[in-house]
Amino acid sequence: MQWTELIVFSALFLLVTVMGFVAARWQKGETLDHLDEWGLGGRKFGSWITWFLVGGDLYTAYTFVAVPALMFGAGALGFYALPYTIILYPLVFLPLVRMWSVSRVHGYVTPADFVKGRYGSHWLALIIAVTGIVATMPYIALQLVGLEAVLRSMGLNGSGILGHLPLFIAFLILALYTYQSGLRAPALIAFVKDILIYLVILVAIIYLPSKFGGWGEIFNDAQAKFDATPSKADGILLTGTNQLQYATLALGSALALFLYPHSLTGILASRGRNVIKRNMVALPAYSLLLGLLALLGFVAISAGTKPIVNQATGRPDTNTIVPELFGANFPSWFAGIAFAAIGIGALVPAAIMSIAAANLWTRNVYKEYVKKDATPAEEAKQAKLASLVVKFGAVAFIVFVDPQFSIDLQLIGGVMILQTLPAVAIALYTRWFHVYGLIAGWVAGMGYGMWLLYNIGNPAVGKAHFAGSALPLGNISIFGWHPFGASTTQIYVGIVALLVNLVVAVIVTLIAKKAKSPNGVDHTDPSDYHVDEDNPRVKPVAAH
Amino acid sequence: MPSDHKTGLRWSNWNLLLILPLFMLITPWFNFDEPRIFGLPFFYWYQFLFVPLGVACVGIVYVKTKDEPVVTGKPDKLGVDDLDEGAN
Repeated sequence: MQWTELIVFSALFLLVTVMGFVAARWQKGETLDHLDEWGLGGRKFGSWITWFLVGGDLYTAYTFVAVPALMFGAGALGFYALPYTIILYPLVFLPLVRMWSVSRVHGYVTPADFVKGRYGSHWLALIIAVTGIVATMPYIALQLVGLEAVLRSMGLNGSGILGHLPLFIAFLILALYTYQSGLRAPALIAFVKDILIYLVILVAIIYLPSKFGGWGEIFNDAQAKFDATPSKADGILLTGTNQLQYATLALGSALALFLYPHSLTGILASRGRNVIKRNMVALPAYSLLLGLLALLGFVAISAGTKPIVNQATGRPDTNTIVPELFGANFPSWFAGIAFAAIGIGALVPAAIMSIAAANLWTRNVYKEYVKKDATPAEEAKQAKLASLVVKFGAVAFIVFVDPQFSIDLQLIGGVMILQTLPAVAIALYTRWFHVYGLIAGWVAGMGYGMWLLYNIGNPAVGKAHFAGSALPLGNISIFGWHPFGASTTQIYVGIVALLVNLVVAVIVTLIAKKAKSPNGVDHTDPSDYHVDEDNPRVKPVAAH
Repeated sequence: MPSDHKTGLRWSNWNLLLILPLFMLITPWFNFDEPRIFGLPFFYWYQFLFVPLGVACVGIVYVKTKDEPVVTGKPDKLGVDDLDEGAN
C-alpha cells in the first residue's frame, strides 16, 4: 500500500466531491427540473467553461492511459491520436455551429432530437438514439478501466469482487453528485482535472526524458525493443502495411468523435456560436498535450516499466504503464497528484457521458414511446434516474464481465457511431438523402462493419474475433469478388463500413425518390442554421 | 418541404483553409526517422508542427468570417409546424 500517494489522491478526490455537490448552486437557473438546466447546464457556458468542459470530455482518462499503452506495445501506430485530434477541429468547425443554432432555435437536447426535427421520423430518431446509447455505455466502462488502473497502482489491487470495492465507492459518489447537480458538476470539476493534467504532463515531459538520457536515447531504446519482437508491424515508424490504417483510423476517429452524444452535450451547453468557434481554435492545446503524453509510452520502455498484473483477471494490464512509470520515477507526493489527475480525469467524462445517454433515453425513448405527455419536470426526473442506471450498468460491466470486453465494445462503438454520420452530420447541410435511404444505409453499414470486426482475429493474443480494427484490404470481398486481390495493406474498418453505408443510402434514396415515397416533414427552416445567441428566435431556456 | 428550394448555405473562400490540416494524413510524406530534432525522429516532430498549423487555419477562418451578416429575426414566413412549436 502506498500511503503518501493514497493520501494525496484522497484529498484531491474529496475536493472534487465537495465541488460536485456545490455545483448544483453554481450559476443556477430558475429550476433544476428541466433538461436544459440539469442536462445542459442552462445552455449558457462561456468560452472558458466550455474549453475546460469539452477538453475534459474529449480527452478522457482512458485516452491518457490507453494511448501511451498502445505506443508502448505497438509503437508509431499509437501516435494516430495526434493527427486524429488535429484534423478533428477543422473538420467539425462549420457543422458544429450549424448544429448549435438549429438546436437552440428548436430546443433540441440530443442529436436524435435534431434528426427527428429534420426528418419528422421518430423511427430514424430512435435508431440514432439507440446507436448513441449503445456506443456510449462501453465508453463509460472504459473510464472505470482508467480509474482502476490508478487505484491498482496505488496498491488497492485486491482480487475478486472485493478488489473492485474502491472503484465502486468512487463511482457511487460520482453518481450521487451527478444526480444532484447535472452537467454543472463535471463542468466545475473539469477545471481541477485539466489543471492537474497539464501540470503533471508538463513536469513528466520535461523531467523524465532527462532522467533516461534524452529523447534520442529513448527512441533508440524503443527501436531496439521493437526490433527484438517477432512482430513486423511494430516500430518507431509506420510499416508498409499500416500506413493506410494510421490515416484512416485518424480520419474515422475524427469523424466519429462529435457524433458521440456526450461531445455534442458539451457543445449544446455553450452560450453561442462564437464560444464554439473560439474553442475550435483553442482546444488543440489538449492535442499537443496528448501527443506529448503518447511519447511517455516510449519513455516507459527506456525506464523498463513493467505493467502490473491485474489481480482480478490474472493478466498483465498494459493500461497500468503510465501510472507505474509515474509511481516509480516521481516522489510519492507528486505521484499522488498524477494519479489524482488521471482518476479525476475519469470522473468528468463518465459524468458527461452518463448525462448524454440519460438525455437520449429520456427525450427519444421515454418521451416518444413511454409517456408522450411527460412534463419537463418529469423528463428531468427520468433523466436523473437514467443517469444512475447507466453508471451502475457500467460498474457492473467492469466487475462482472472481463474488462477486455469493454475495450472490444469500445472498438465496436466507434464503428457504430460512425454509421450515424449521414443522418446527423450530412443532414445538417442537405435533406437530399431519403429517410428510407438513411435507414437502409445504417443497417448496411452497421451489419457489414460488425461482420468485418467479428472476423478480425489475432492469433498472437489467442483471440479469434474482435481483436482489432485493422482490416487487410485483401479481406474485402464484394459477393466473392476481391477488388484488392490479396493485398495485406490495412485499413480502419469504420471507414469501410461508412462507405458501404453511403453507397446503400444513395441507391435507396434514388429508388425512393423515383417511387415518390413520402420523405417526412422538415420542421427546420434554412435560416435556423445561422441563428446566434442574440436572436429573438432562440427558444427560451427551460421554457415549459 | 420548404427547405428543398432554399439551401440556406453560406460560403466563404476562407473556408478552404480548413482542408489544409488534412494533408497530414498523407503518411509517405513523413514516415522517416531522419532528420531528428532534439532526438525526436522526423515522423514525430513533423506531426507536432501541424498543431500550430491547424490552430492557424481554424483561427484565420474564424477571424475572416466573423463579420458575415448575422440573421436577426426573419420575415414572417413561419410554416404551420413552426407556429405549433411549444404546443407539443
